[in-house]
Parts: sequence; C-alpha cells; structure tokens
Amino acid sequence: MQPFLEWTAAAVIVIAAFFLLVGAIGLARLPDFFMRLHAPTKASTLGVGGVLVASMLVAASQGRPGIAELLITLFVFVTAPVSANLMAQAALHLQLHSRAPVPADAVPERAPD
Amino acid sequence: MNVLDMALNIGIVAVTLAVLLCAWRLLRGPTITDRVLALDTLYMNAVALIVLLGIRWNTALLFEGALLVAMLGFASTVALARYLSRGDVVE
Repeated sequence: MQPFLEWTAAAVIVIAAFFLLVGAIGLARLPDFFMRLHAPTKASTLGVGGVLVASMLVAASQGRPGIAELLITLFVFVTAPVSANLMAQAALHLQLHSRAPVPADAVPERAPD
Repeated sequence: MNVLDMALNIGIVAVTLAVLLCAWRLLRGPTITDRVLALDTLYMNAVALIVLLGIRWNTALLFEGALLVAMLGFASTVALARYLSRGDVVE
C-alpha cells in the first residue's frame, strides 16, 4: 500500500472518529432535546462519511471498486437530515420545551387542532 | 504496526466510547424522543464500527452488512418518529 494513501486514510479515520465521539458526547451532555438533536445529527454524519471515505481509499489502493462504501455514504447523507427533521417534528408535536433563551413572543401560538 | 493499524485502533476505541455514551442516553431518557435520537445515533455508530472492522479484517463482506444496518436504522427512526407525531406509522 502506498505511504501517501495510507497516511491519508489514517488521518481521515482519526478525524472521523473524533467527530463521532464529539457527537456522542454532545448527545450525552447537552441539556435539552433540541440541543441534543443538533449535536449527533451533524457530527455523526460527518464521522460516518469520513470513515467511509477512508474505506474507499483503502479499497482503491487494493484495486477494488468501493461501490458499497459509496452507496452507504450517499444513503447516510440523504437520510440523516430527513430522520432528524422527523424527530424534531415529533418533539414539537409532543410540545417539549427548549431551554434556549428565546423571547416568549418569538414562537407563534399553536393553532387549536 | 503501521500507521493505518494505529489509526484503526484509535478509531475503534473512540467509536466504542461513542456507542457507550449513546447507550447511556438510550437507557436514561428522559423523554421518548431522546431515546429515539439515541437509537438513531447508535445505528450511525454501528455503521462506522462495522466499516472500521471491515478495513481492519481486510474483507469486503462487511460493507453490505453496514448498508443493511444503515437502511434498518433509517426505517426504524422514521417509523418511530411518525408514530410519535401522528400516532400511526402508515396512514
């Protein structure tokens, strides 16, 4: 395996693992649901993408096409915002309260349904 | 031990710590949407861990498994979120 590809893959793996760990720490430590939604949905997407990019580099160095890795990357990048949006909708429907300092009149009242 | 193996060791340890933190949030709650979010993050971390182990063991068999885990994670998250917000999965 070429040293340049090997070092690049190693660096991408370490950076991606750092982002995954930061996302999980944010999930465990932040105070309310909307802040906790913010941490892992961004950081973990980047982390999984980085791991898959490193895997594609290793596969390319072995002369094998990384089609499955490319598919997983596309799938994760398309579906992660959708699932985050659906979870936020569920939380809004359950009327969870955020601890973020928003003014009281910033959010319009819910229409009675 | 070359540099890729060291990076894989660091990555596997970090992702395992992330899995433990997600499991703690999944068990602790406090609301149901927190548990759904922890499950979604747990699926993401499982995909990353499977891919890292696929690089480590030098096999291409694990990537289809990772793709299946990613699809199952998306489907279960969508189903749970729809159930929470609509009260029904399929309308």
